[in-house]
This record gives sequence, structure tokens and C-alpha cells, in this order.
Amino acid sequence: MTDSDHDPRPFTVEQFPEQPEIWWRETARMFCTNKAAVVGAASLVLIVLVGTFGPIILAADPFAIVGAPLREPGEGTLLGTDYLGRDVFTGIIYGVRTTLAIAITATIFAVFVGISIGAVAGFYGGKIDNALMRVTEFFQVLPPLVFAMVIVAVFSHDLWTVIIAIGITTWTTEARLTRAEFLKIKEREYVTAERAVGATDRRMMLQVILPNALPPLIIAVTLRVGISVIYEAALSFLGLTDPDVMTWGKMIGLSRDFFFEAWWTVTFPGVAILVTVLSIALIGDGLNDAFNPKLRGR
Amino acid sequence: MTKAIVERLLFGAVLIVAVVVLDFLLLQLAPGDVVDTIMTEAGGGDPELAAAIRAAYGLDQPMHVQLFTYLGKMLTGDLGYSHYYDEPVLSLLLLHLPATLMLTLSAFVIAVALGTLMGVVAALRPQGLFSHVVTMFSLLGYATPVFWLGMILLLAFALHLPLFPAYGLHSVPQPQGTLDRILDVLNHLVLPTFTLAILYLASYSRLARASMLDVLGADYIRTARTKGLSEFAITYKHALKNAALPVVTVAGLQLGAIFSGAVLVETVYSLPGLGPLLYESIVRRDYPVIMGVLFGAAVTTIIANIITDLIYGALDPRIKAIT
Repeated sequence: MTDSDHDPRPFTVEQFPEQPEIWWRETARMFCTNKAAVVGAASLVLIVLVGTFGPIILAADPFAIVGAPLREPGEGTLLGTDYLGRDVFTGIIYGVRTTLAIAITATIFAVFVGISIGAVAGFYGGKIDNALMRVTEFFQVLPPLVFAMVIVAVFSHDLWTVIIAIGITTWTTEARLTRAEFLKIKEREYVTAERAVGATDRRMMLQVILPNALPPLIIAVTLRVGISVIYEAALSFLGLTDPDVMTWGKMIGLSRDFFFEAWWTVTFPGVAILVTVLSIALIGDGLNDAFNPKLRGR
Repeated sequence: MTKAIVERLLFGAVLIVAVVVLDFLLLQLAPGDVVDTIMTEAGGGDPELAAAIRAAYGLDQPMHVQLFTYLGKMLTGDLGYSHYYDEPVLSLLLLHLPATLMLTLSAFVIAVALGTLMGVVAALRPQGLFSHVVTMFSLLGYATPVFWLGMILLLAFALHLPLFPAYGLHSVPQPQGTLDRILDVLNHLVLPTFTLAILYLASYSRLARASMLDVLGADYIRTARTKGLSEFAITYKHALKNAALPVVTVAGLQLGAIFSGAVLVETVYSLPGLGPLLYESIVRRDYPVIMGVLFGAAVTTIIANIITDLIYGALDPRIKAIT
């Protein structure tokens, strides 16, 4: 409430469609003045760099046995060894790549399905909207993790199944959000004007309405990556993932029977998940503040 | 109003049928069928015997006939038979349901009640320290994997500071006397419940804070203030009821997600709930049980959603006009 009187930005969300370039530049500037958001972004960039170059520099096999099992951190290895004598640090570095790759691909899948369904439902309305929303409701009553577990169990344990399992159980949020935005935006004057000059449905959806629906969708997509990381971790914790790749969740799951003797085997991979998802959350929060300056601090 | 309820119930029934169809399709796509399982467990057998068993199970019938048979069975409560546990799936589900229900419901109640309260207190001073703590806490709650939190709490409060038991729902041997037994179960539930509740508590507190900030700016609050009502009455009688609405809605919609969290928490704490049952069945490829858990979970969510709708209608009279 208090912030709305002295909004530091010259442009508001309402002015967005008229001058998008200025709006985006101002929003980027707002984002950069938010300390927490910058910390989150920097940390995520660092994590991505580690995931990209770490395995190249280490050039090790995360499944290789490097020493005695359950060795404490500092005794020859940085973060200790697991119950088979595999290096926890190497596992975490290799885990960045797989965990992020799976999470991002699953997010793209979920967002593509969600936005397509939400856009069509919101744009056409009526019976199409009703039918699509009923389908969405159906997917919403299936507990996401349980449904994902069943899919991986029934099909196979390869990475694409894991990606589709995460995507297909989580797209409903994006669908609802996109639909709500489309319903709101399609009544605006500039949209009616486009329609009057005979724009095709495709053009209306993709080039007129969608760009204006982007701010809330960008926030949702950012947070979705974090949620996908958590889901990936949960599935691999339960052993429902490709046996040939090292992921953080798998490291925690494999150490379940030994973690009372070796706290480091579960603590460090978990911290890796926490830091990654927290960075994403800080970015999402920063975007939210930058897009909605009137709601800062909510 | 009655029409809306009837429509809601009808759609619930349609959803349940849809879940059964999904179960059926997944079963069809799964590699191997029940006969393969029986044959493997019997140590192999000739193809003629397999064909005979298939005929006995009706698996030689055309697909649509099988679907209708399956639908009929599932909807009358015959969820199939687990050859590994040697028990009907329904009785397995009912056996494991109480632990999951206790865990989910207690976590749900704690998360909603405590989360709303924290959010309301934070909203009274939007720029205060507690308010920032709630925001930070909600981000941490979003970022923490529930199974990992469970293990860390176990390390802290069962190993290093042995306040609570590490696994199971009962002590061995079980204490004598009904009261002692109840206390024993509650003691076993403390850590799992808080593990599950903390994460949702985090997100609800933020939601309640935002919605409370909205409500506190509304006209009728100003009116209440002008009437000279005490700040306490304004906050906890007028504003709280409206600020709680979004929390109830979101929490109701998230029941499925909470159930998913319960599956993980039960696995970490070895609670005899549906989570470990599902996990074991996946490892053993016991498909009737897997599909039974999916079916049971979905039906529970459908019923819970209907109840949430009704509660919501009762809390907010404006809704009645719309639905």
C-alpha cells in the first residue's frame, strides 16, 4: 500500500503495450536494483557455469570408487565419500548438469502444453474453453508426484520418460494462468482494433495477446524451473530415473540407509538442491517486484 | 445452489470414471500383464496354460469389453488383486490409508492455521522484521525438498538430540493402555507432520500476508475503525475471515500436492502409509496396487475438492450467487 504513492518507475504495467521497449528496459533496471534478485541471478549463473565446465575440468567418473566408503569430509576428499566410496563432491558437480537439464526440458514441455491449452481456451471461450478446462481439472485431481511415479514405473526409467512425467503432471498451472490473462487481455481496445483490421486468430494469439501476457507468464515459468528441480529430485530420490546418470536426488536416495552414520552423504546434495531452487526463487521474486512495482513487498 | 451442488457432484463422478479409464490405459501400456506375473511367480509354465489363465481373466476379450469389465469392477470397489501381497487391492489400500490420512490432515490443519496466523501478524507491520522473516521463510519453503528436510530433521531430532523416534508409527513393543498407545502414535507423528507442514506453512503464510494486506486496505475495515472497534476486533474478526479465503482455496487445490509430499515423508520415516505401499509396488511391478493407489488418491482429491467448494461457499456468501 505505502509503495504505490511513490512508484519509482515512470511507466506502469498499464502503459506496457504502448511502449514495450521502454517498459522492458525500465523493468530490467528495476530488477537490477533489487539486491536479493541480483544475488539469485548471480548464484544461478555460477551454478550453470559449474554445470557446464565443472565436469570438463574434473574429468572424473561420478560412479567411480575413489577411496574407502563413508569417509568423512576433509579426509582426502572435499565432501567425503558415500557407502561405496564414491566421491560426493564429484557427484554434486556432475549432478548440476543432469538436474538442470531435466528440469529445464520438463519446464519447456509443461509451459508449451500449458500455454497452448490456456491460450486456445481463453481466446475462443465458450464450449472450447469449457472442454479444455474440464481436461485441466482432470489433470489437477491426479496427485502430481504419484502420477509422475506411476508414469515412470509403467513406461521406462529413461530421461525422456522422467521429463515427460514431470511435464505432464505440472502444466495445469500455466494453462490456468494463460487462460486468465487471455480472457483479460482480449477485451482490451488494441486487441479489438487488431481484430477489426482482420488479423487472423493465429496472429491475434501469438503476436497481439501473448506478448502482453508475458510478464506473469515469465514469473510462472521461472518458478516452474525450481519446482521441476524439486520433482526431478523426488523421482530420482525414489530411484525412478535413468540408472546411468548421477543426480542430486539419487545421491540422497542411495544414501538413505547410511545417513545416520554419514550425514554428509545426504546433507551436501540437499544443500545443492536448496541453493539452486532458492536462487530461482529469488529471481522469480525479483521479477515479480519489477513487473508489479505497486505490489512490492507482497 | 442445489443445482450447482448436483452439477459439481455429477462432474466429480465423470472425473472418477475418467481416472478409471486412465488407469486402464496405463495398465494396457504397461509391459507384461497379470498372467506374466503369475507365471513368473509360479516359476514359468507352458503357453497353453498362460492362454487358459488369460481366458479365465477375460484378457482374451476385445479391448472395449475389457474396459467395461474393468470400469464395472473398479466402480463397485473391486480394485483388483495383489499377487505379491496375496490380498485384494482395496483391503491393502484401506490398511495403509489411516497413516496417510492422519499425516496429511494434521499437516494440512497445522499449515493452514499457523500459516494464516503468521501471515496476519506479518501483515500488521508490512515492513517489520517478522514480515521479512515470513517472506524469507516462504522462499526457503519453496526451495527445500521435503524428503531431504525429513532426513535433516531426523539427524537433528532423532539422532543428535534424541527427542523423537526415528521411524514407524508404533514403539516396539507397543505400550500398554489405550492412552499410552495414542500418545505413542502421536509422538511418532510429530516429526513427519512438521516436515510436511513446514513447507506448506511457508507458502500459506505468505499468501495470508498478501491477502491480509489487501483486506486491511478495504473500505469496510475503515468503516469498522470509524465505528471505534478495537484493533484486535478489526484484525481478528473482520479482516481475518476474508484474508483466510485465498488460503482455504489454494490449500484445497493443493491437497493433491500435499498427498504427494506425504508419500515422500512416509518413505523417509517408514510410516505404514500409502507412500511405502506405492514404492514397494513399483519396485515389484505390482500394477493392480499401483493403479489402485492412483485411483484412491484421485478419488480422495475429487471428494476433498467438492468439500472445499462447499466450505468456500459457506465462508463467502458472494460465491453462491455465481455458482
